[in-house]
Amino acid sequence: MSEPAPSLEINADLVRRILVDFVRTEITRAGFTRAVLGLSGGVDSALACYLAAEALGPENVLAIRMPYRTSSPDSMEHAALVIRQTGVRELTVPITPMAEPILADVPEDQPIRRGNILARLRMIVLYDRSAEFQGLVVGTGNKTEILLGYTTHYGDSACALNPLGDLYKTQVRQLARAMDVPEVIVAKPPSADLWAGQTDEGELGFTYARVDPLLMLLVDGRYAPESCVEAGFDRAFVLAVLERIRRNQFKRVLPPIAKLSNRTVGYDFLYPRDWGT
Amino acid sequence: MRHLPLALAQFNTRLGDVDANLDRHLAFAHDARRQGAELVVFPELSLTGYVLQDLAVSVARRPEADDPAFRHLLQASQEIDLLVGFVEAEQRHRFYISSAYLSRGQVVHVHRKVYLPTYGLFDEGRFFAWGDHVRAFDTRFGRLGVLICEDFWHASPPYLLWLDGADVLLFASASPGRGMTSEPRLETARWVEQINQAYASLFTCFVAHANRTGFEDGLNFWGGSTVFDPDGTLLARAPYHEEALTLVRLDLEQLHRTRSRLPLLRDERTALMARELERILRREAGSSTLGV
Repeated sequence: MSEPAPSLEINADLVRRILVDFVRTEITRAGFTRAVLGLSGGVDSALACYLAAEALGPENVLAIRMPYRTSSPDSMEHAALVIRQTGVRELTVPITPMAEPILADVPEDQPIRRGNILARLRMIVLYDRSAEFQGLVVGTGNKTEILLGYTTHYGDSACALNPLGDLYKTQVRQLARAMDVPEVIVAKPPSADLWAGQTDEGELGFTYARVDPLLMLLVDGRYAPESCVEAGFDRAFVLAVLERIRRNQFKRVLPPIAKLSNRTVGYDFLYPRDWGT
Repeated sequence: MRHLPLALAQFNTRLGDVDANLDRHLAFAHDARRQGAELVVFPELSLTGYVLQDLAVSVARRPEADDPAFRHLLQASQEIDLLVGFVEAEQRHRFYISSAYLSRGQVVHVHRKVYLPTYGLFDEGRFFAWGDHVRAFDTRFGRLGVLICEDFWHASPPYLLWLDGADVLLFASASPGRGMTSEPRLETARWVEQINQAYASLFTCFVAHANRTGFEDGLNFWGGSTVFDPDGTLLARAPYHEEALTLVRLDLEQLHRTRSRLPLLRDERTALMARELERILRREAGSSTLGV
């Protein structure tokens, strides 16, 4: 590379400070004091749990484990580790009984459909329990998966606020280490755990270590695709990632409303979410 | 010895709630006065919050005694001078991002933001009208100048205030933090402090910057209000990301000392500047490379 590329390295203390304040502010300004999140056993939800516990106090955070019968036993154990270390409240809601009747109509050879169903069932449980616990759902999606669309629309992406959405997976790991998330969680291969043996990197076809530096150039650095190739990235890889970003734009925006009137929500009826708070 | 005991009120506003923000102003003004300050500087849009969008119209005010908020602020200004940020509604229903300098019950000066960032995360040009004046004004502390956030990301407004006689530049911001690196402060903070220090050094004047804190729609406001003296020395810095009332006593005699040593103001070639600028504008007339 001829010039120093934008770096993925973050100042963990500063980012932790901002994100903890963010979680506390956004929840309290909405009139709540509590948070609910789904704890998968992976690094993203573990980090979100540490941040929420620091922001609100562990007694005000409910971490919910939602295993399906094929879920890896490691996931449950790792989630338990996070619960123990943060002291948050916990609940386990197995989703197998509610999933089976729906999955009965979905062929085994269609794992994406089956996986999406599990992700959306977890969303239902989270939102229902959030009403019971009087807390807001804290999201756990990171910038890499949001950009690549590696997420279930109205499933794991559903939340009231998302503290991790501007951190690449590599940066999530850096912050998680700085906040003492157990190394076994930080270091294991990321997986949506929607079917046995699934890994993010297997499914995506590339590693986070490979794609995050490219996204950093394309998105944060505003590099043209050709400049990424000049910086050492394989052309086919650059184009494939760009195409993934383009194809998944719909997941990052609200559905378009057909404009008819003089004033339409989203076009010329524009108010901040934090209106009046 | 002439002094300006100055306070910077760095705080989080309630978005679109003028009454709640007015209470904070009055409390900060009272505190600042009690601690000996004679001027308290509030951040950009301190009466309203920043990400207003369509709320801009409904929170707009006229800085006059018959406005309920300004009536209280003007009353408070009997005790301590105030620089207050608000949405200004002018008579013909244009809306500006403005800051008003209030003193002894009078509106001494109103600055309307002349640079409205409308790029990246900003959308000010969509909701607000562009101010069209950069003017210094007289106070009992000498001649001051006010700019709002993006105004001082451009070199010309501080330069104009300097030539117009301002020896203390008051900058008000609602600056959304962005740019993570391995450094302990955001890129925005580094950049803003760098240019504030540069203006103080280049114009051998005081530069006081009040920035807000808190969050709005995911944006974080990073605080870190600063004061630099005519040598470019940092006199005070408020903490990052938390509310603070920061008091600094400006020794206005420093202007004399610095400018005796470093006569940049004396030697500034304004006529040369005007002549060359005239030439450049003439040359560019008809082309679109320079703005108007």
